[in-house]
Amino acid sequence: MSDAAPAPTMIEPPVTEASAPFWDATREQRFVLPWSTATGRAVWFPRDVDPAAPDQPFEWREARGEGVVYAASVHHKVGPGRDPDDGPYVVALVELPEGVRMMTNIVGCPPDDVAVGMPVRLVWQPLSDGRNLPQFTPA
Amino acid sequence: MSSRTLRGAAALVGVADAASPTGELDTHGRALEAAMIHEALTDAGLTLDDVDGVTHAFSASGLAEYLGVQPRYLDSTMVGGSSYELHVEHAAAAIATGLCDVVVGVYASTPRSDRHRPGAGRRGMPPGPNPAFEWEVPYGLRLPIGGYSLAASRHMAQYGTTSEQLAQIAVDTRRWAALNPRARYRDLITVDDVLASPMVVSPLHLLDCCLVTDGAGAFVLVSAERARDLARPPVYVLGAATGGTHQMISEMPDLTVTGGAVSGPAAFEMAGIKHDDVDLLMAYDSFTITALLHLEDLGFCAKGEGGAFVADGKLGPGGSLPMNTNGGGLSYTHPGMYGMFLLVEAVRQLRGEAGDRQIDEHHVAVAHGSGGVLSTMGTVVLGTEETL
Repeated sequence: MSDAAPAPTMIEPPVTEASAPFWDATREQRFVLPWSTATGRAVWFPRDVDPAAPDQPFEWREARGEGVVYAASVHHKVGPGRDPDDGPYVVALVELPEGVRMMTNIVGCPPDDVAVGMPVRLVWQPLSDGRNLPQFTPA
Repeated sequence: MSSRTLRGAAALVGVADAASPTGELDTHGRALEAAMIHEALTDAGLTLDDVDGVTHAFSASGLAEYLGVQPRYLDSTMVGGSSYELHVEHAAAAIATGLCDVVVGVYASTPRSDRHRPGAGRRGMPPGPNPAFEWEVPYGLRLPIGGYSLAASRHMAQYGTTSEQLAQIAVDTRRWAALNPRARYRDLITVDDVLASPMVVSPLHLLDCCLVTDGAGAFVLVSAERARDLARPPVYVLGAATGGTHQMISEMPDLTVTGGAVSGPAAFEMAGIKHDDVDLLMAYDSFTITALLHLEDLGFCAKGEGGAFVADGKLGPGGSLPMNTNGGGLSYTHPGMYGMFLLVEAVRQLRGEAGDRQIDEHHVAVAHGSGGVLSTMGTVVLGTEETL
């Protein structure tokens, strides 16, 4: 179940060949990351091919859905696609234990409570086509 | 000309191409580009770890990010079908002068198969979708300020930098603008004024942000031989270097360290200068945090100490490190890609033509540009005749 806030107005993410496995998994609220078989490391963002080994497919593995806030900004003026009334909201970078860092929103708490170093956990924001957008909330 | 020839300075050591009798390829976009680069590097007996230069007719920075390469040399010269010959020419010159060692260049276009590929086929555009639309835009990131706010938040958390310290940069830059009759804003401001201005995207206030104005500039660069016979005192390029780290802010390896930590020391070494030699620093101030990161990455102070470094007002008129004497992007002008104005002001100051804002000692200036979202840094060291 989603425990995210009501959907904001937003520009929903397109799906590419590279990211289809990621977005398909979100339909079942599974959070998966591509791993390079060449380097043995998780890769973010999803690429069409692994530049280190273009003929070897990525291995998609489920992630723990945990993270730590690396940087955070409270958007009083909103970004593209957002309704001006959606602000203030938090755009953050979150470091995952799998070794990658991703952009996300921190939801479910007052924006000014979000601090660098704060542990967070995954929540899902439903999108209009059945996919879900990964967001995070204080753990 | 013979003393400056490229003859024999660089060599093509690996190549790849792809084509099919059907007229169509199975892959396209970045995947095809990455495969070509991998094949050419393999042909040469090299790997991506060896690469420090990237050329691409539309998006050298985006290609480098995709490859996971942090280049010292990027070239996105776009002149149509001959772009790749120009890329080789420029890369050979870069290698000959020690700017980089291993450059990869690539081209991939699939106009025939794009006809039955939904959402593709924008001929002449960068291949593949911009990953920012997938991984940043849905989160409501407001650009450019959102990226710089993330960097500021990280710097504050990691090093204790304060909003007051960032504000001091805006205050001192405005003091310079007050001396420039063409500056957009000339009224003096205080730290409290900055902190009282609206919070746009925390932790950056309105007065932490550069302007949006009209503006234009140009330069002429000639050989040293030609320069001696021309109308104005020459300002020589003593050193220059590049440092690229990413394209999207979410891919920046460390939000407190820019490519200036690479380009700055390299340009200073080429110029044979130390920090004490710098009479003027023109450092791109898209936001106050941008200028603070430049001061640290160029080595004027240690990493993390930028806040304390600027707090005494040393960047303003009469200070020990005059910075952005035209009033900067914060108060003079900022039409979008402000780097041109860094060079123009540096030349005017070195010639002693800066009027009320003229600095007393004017032999060496550093113009340090910042492109993208703290993505690609370019450092140019300039000097007057007596510095040669």
